[in-house]
Amino acid sequence: MMGFSEEDWTAILLSLRVASVATLASLPVGIALAYVLARCRFPGRTLLDGLIHLPLVMPPVVTGYLLLLSFGRKGPIGAFLDQCCGLVFSFRWTGAALAAAVMGLPLMVRAIRLTIEGLDRRLEQAAGTLGARPLFVFATVTLPLALPGILAGSILSFAKALGEFGATITFVSNIPGETQTIPSAIYTFTQVPGGDANALRLTAVSIVISLLALIASEVLARRLNRQVASFS
Amino acid sequence: MIELDIALARAGFSLAVNFTAGNGITALFGESGAGKSTVLHLVAGLLKPDRGRIAVSGTVFTDTEARIFVAPHRRRIGYVFQDALLFPHLSVRQNLLYGSWFTRGPADGISLDQVTSLLGIAHLLDRRPQTLSGGERQRVAIGRALLASPRILLMDEPLAALDIDRKREIIPYIERLRDELKLPILYVSHAIEEVARLADRVILMSGGRVKSDGPPQQVLSPKTGSGDDRFARVSILTAGKPTYDEKYQLTQVSHPAGRITLPGRLAPDADPVRIVIRAIDVTLALSKPRELSIRTALPGKVSAISEPLGAVVMVEVALAGGEVLAAAVTRKAADELGLGEGDQVYCLIKSVSIDDRLMAAP
Repeated sequence: MMGFSEEDWTAILLSLRVASVATLASLPVGIALAYVLARCRFPGRTLLDGLIHLPLVMPPVVTGYLLLLSFGRKGPIGAFLDQCCGLVFSFRWTGAALAAAVMGLPLMVRAIRLTIEGLDRRLEQAAGTLGARPLFVFATVTLPLALPGILAGSILSFAKALGEFGATITFVSNIPGETQTIPSAIYTFTQVPGGDANALRLTAVSIVISLLALIASEVLARRLNRQVASFS
Repeated sequence: MIELDIALARAGFSLAVNFTAGNGITALFGESGAGKSTVLHLVAGLLKPDRGRIAVSGTVFTDTEARIFVAPHRRRIGYVFQDALLFPHLSVRQNLLYGSWFTRGPADGISLDQVTSLLGIAHLLDRRPQTLSGGERQRVAIGRALLASPRILLMDEPLAALDIDRKREIIPYIERLRDELKLPILYVSHAIEEVARLADRVILMSGGRVKSDGPPQQVLSPKTGSGDDRFARVSILTAGKPTYDEKYQLTQVSHPAGRITLPGRLAPDADPVRIVIRAIDVTLALSKPRELSIRTALPGKVSAISEPLGAVVMVEVALAGGEVLAAAVTRKAADELGLGEGDQVYCLIKSVSIDDRLMAAP
């Protein structure tokens, strides 16, 4: 179709899989971190905030190298995960997903945190006075009301994952069919003579996927906002 | 039954309050910053006192000496906030039933049917909070609190955010709660008409302390006062047996000192009636006037005149039956009439000045 090669399709599908897994897997972590940063006061809060934001300001290559050091086969965390649950990140698509998740996490946490900070805490207090324990308040009041932010954060993280290049290529290299996502494939095509047409095709695909994601999030957000529109 | 003895100090504010209250409405009344809402927060467990003890129906919620602090969600309190705070993502029915997930169901309290008919919200069940009027929201909020089977109801200025017509719409429902549910209700308000009409007992607070405590007539019409607060000063008269005049659309109620004429119609079963009269709406006359538009003239004896410092003095008149009516008049007028304690006077009240909108059966 449209002249896509086998290789193109592999890169596109892999990119979608990596971005989806990265977003879904980082969502619980992102929500938990956002809630803690928005609502809890504890020593080390600023440090935690900074650590989460590091991938946003550090060169992606540095993030990728740090991931390689800690999650590689011989890295402390990588070795442990390999032994205990057979989970291997280095030079696998799972590693690409991990790199994308880490790179997207600051964007996700930021969006969700802002929404939680904007919620009327007294709604949670009201739920508490009605007998709901804190975890239940979180599940039935905080989470549904934060949904627009969670959605926005997920889209940002998904888009970041689709475009992630530096950390991915440093951590898991550029293996067709395993770790070669769209950006890596485009990079590869630009390095070989006559690859321009392929690179352009994948660039167009990249733009279309990003646009579709943005439009979907906009439509969903509008629907959600209508549902929970504040009424003061 | 609630027993409360608490102290709390914050920068620029200290609170020390001690009272017990039984079933019915106990109003915490006073200007903003008096600490009324803080008391509710302490009872609800949204705040911890520095020292003290709070118990409701024998269950200790807070006791700093015994190191007891029951978490808010285990207290079984019904909290009605000023701005309703309905959950915007849930329907009215889901809002109402939110608290019943945590209790043992209708068996130990009031049922959804009872609440919806008590508050007149049965037709709203499938609506979203955003589509309700302010008055409807507040009724749903009250229903939501009741369905959590509370041991005590805390109402924090539930009418303050509403316009006069919405207030009028809700007040009868709050009266029904008071009369039909055997529940202590702490009711915070700074609106004197509201308190005068609803409260069984008024606790007047100022600067974090209880200034006065008793039935509304006693607390809200203090025996002392200067001319400075003439706009805040009201008297509460208790009258009975309203009769309605169709032709002129007037209600007449009987007071031991005479008949009082009010515009509009009261609920037919309104007996007795509490009437709030502002001191600035009372005119004094030495004899009963004839060619005057005023319909209400109550005879009485001057019982006190405030120290004549400024332009205005507060004259207190003891009416037949023992109730006191305060009249704000200029010092010049009091001097020219030669008013003194024990003088016989007529208190003239313009019928149209009486706030009939918030007034009916107490």
